[in-house]
Amino acid sequence: MKSSVPTPGTRPWFPLEKRPACCEPTPIIEVEQLSLHYGQKPAFHDVTLSINKGCITALVGPSGCGKTSFLTSLNRLTDLIPGCRLSGRIRLDGLDVLAPHTDVIRLRRRVGMIFQKPNPFPLSIKKNLEFPLREHGIKDREQIGTCIETVLRDVGLWEEVKDRLNSPALALSGGQQQRLCMARALVLSPDVLLMDEPCSALDPLSSGIVEDLLVGLRNRYTVLIVTHNLAQARRIADYAALLWIQNGAGQLIEAGTAKQIFEEPRESLTAAYVSGMRG
Amino acid sequence: MAEPVGRNHMPREWFAAVLVWSAAALVTVTFCWLLGDILWHGLSQISWTFLTAPPRNAGREGGIGPIIVSTALILGVCLGVSLPIGVGTAVLLAEFTTDDSLFGRLTRRSLDMLSGVPSIVFGLFGNAFFCKTLGLGFSILSGGLTLACMVLPILIRSTEEGFRAVPADYRLSAAALGLSRTTTLVHLLLPAAVPGLLVGLMLGVGRAIAETAALIFTSGYVDRMPESLLDSGRALSIHIFDLSMNVPGGDANAYASALVLVALLLAINGTASWLAEHWLHRRIVTI
Repeated sequence: MKSSVPTPGTRPWFPLEKRPACCEPTPIIEVEQLSLHYGQKPAFHDVTLSINKGCITALVGPSGCGKTSFLTSLNRLTDLIPGCRLSGRIRLDGLDVLAPHTDVIRLRRRVGMIFQKPNPFPLSIKKNLEFPLREHGIKDREQIGTCIETVLRDVGLWEEVKDRLNSPALALSGGQQQRLCMARALVLSPDVLLMDEPCSALDPLSSGIVEDLLVGLRNRYTVLIVTHNLAQARRIADYAALLWIQNGAGQLIEAGTAKQIFEEPRESLTAAYVSGMRG
Repeated sequence: MAEPVGRNHMPREWFAAVLVWSAAALVTVTFCWLLGDILWHGLSQISWTFLTAPPRNAGREGGIGPIIVSTALILGVCLGVSLPIGVGTAVLLAEFTTDDSLFGRLTRRSLDMLSGVPSIVFGLFGNAFFCKTLGLGFSILSGGLTLACMVLPILIRSTEEGFRAVPADYRLSAAALGLSRTTTLVHLLLPAAVPGLLVGLMLGVGRAIAETAALIFTSGYVDRMPESLLDSGRALSIHIFDLSMNVPGGDANAYASALVLVALLLAINGTASWLAEHWLHRRIVTI
């Protein structure tokens, strides 16, 4: 297919199936002693974690332990929250994410995000995808058309919407909206995808479709997914990390390969959590 | 054997229903009566000549041509000034200040107080500032600017509410896609805030077009055709006031002018709604 389509920015862009496979234990994101406070209230404390390139890492833990806060600090969406303070270090491929001079617009182009609730813009299906492309400097109509078709195929939505690209995105079903949001994130060809419980607001059928898509992203994108669904984490993740509230703030209890976390947990808390005794 | 549940509530329910219905009926009847009265007395006077001819014999005869032109000019100046300033301030308040910032609180508080200030005070202020200090004299410009000061608080607060009503999701997802604040504002938030803006505009225009007190001191009541914005011009509301209070035998034309005023207001409201709907549907596609 159209693998030679140049994309936003200068990096080469590949349709999903042609992206280089690279799930290997090379960290793309390195988080060191990261803490986050909302005003005086700590959300999580002293988290040190590496996210490996091309792999799916699942972030699990009970509600309120700072999983989502952790996710949003990686693309600095926390900047939007008044009174939110981050300390520690995040490196993305060598880029110092938290440095004041870091260009957050470019950072967020490299680190895409999918939210818990599908949130397409109240525009047409096509405009939802065209809008970010145009904003990042792609103006050529033909190229935009190709990009849109490619990402919609990647998320399995093309056949369903190709005849009504100009109809409102909000008229799609919840599952379709979530897939559109994934397409919207993928259209910018990010390096990392952050997903905040992308299936939890969907019915089981749509949830299954989105999960299959997630598995399809393995090796091609680095995915960090927050999930409450342990079975899902076990099914799709290469790596897993458990956060837990201790002393009023979220703390990283254990991180490792999914196999190790789910089958041979080192910490008793992890063992209790994955076996369903706690959390 | 138990009584059916809720039986004791019946009289109370019935009473509440009657209360609510009669309140609604009272409002509707008052409006219909008012409109009917104006139509009954005014409609027979309306003709093309009435709408275009200048008034004669202190308004007892002739038409209201120059008065409609003056009214339109005053309204034009008012909206031309208040819309950009109003939307700008609303954006600042809603998007760039937090609820609890000192600046935001002060601005909001002052606006709320300003919107409660009686129009005659605005008139005196306009007379002192625009007519005298700035030397614009009794003119359409002074009148329009005074009305702009009067309309701004309503317009700003309502537009701000419009922006605040836009789901926070849009801002988050736009930011997560690396869209700049300006793009988000222009392409997403502004179109989505249009309903709020529209409500403010309607309230503002309604207040401006019906204004009498503030205009007597600023735009004056000369009933000639204005030649520039620096000419004095008589607004419709002042014309109605003058005909019914100061001119014996002016009632018939006062009714006709009132009818024109109401029709004008309805036409402006209708056009604005249509434009917004049209524009909205081009920019933002809702279901």
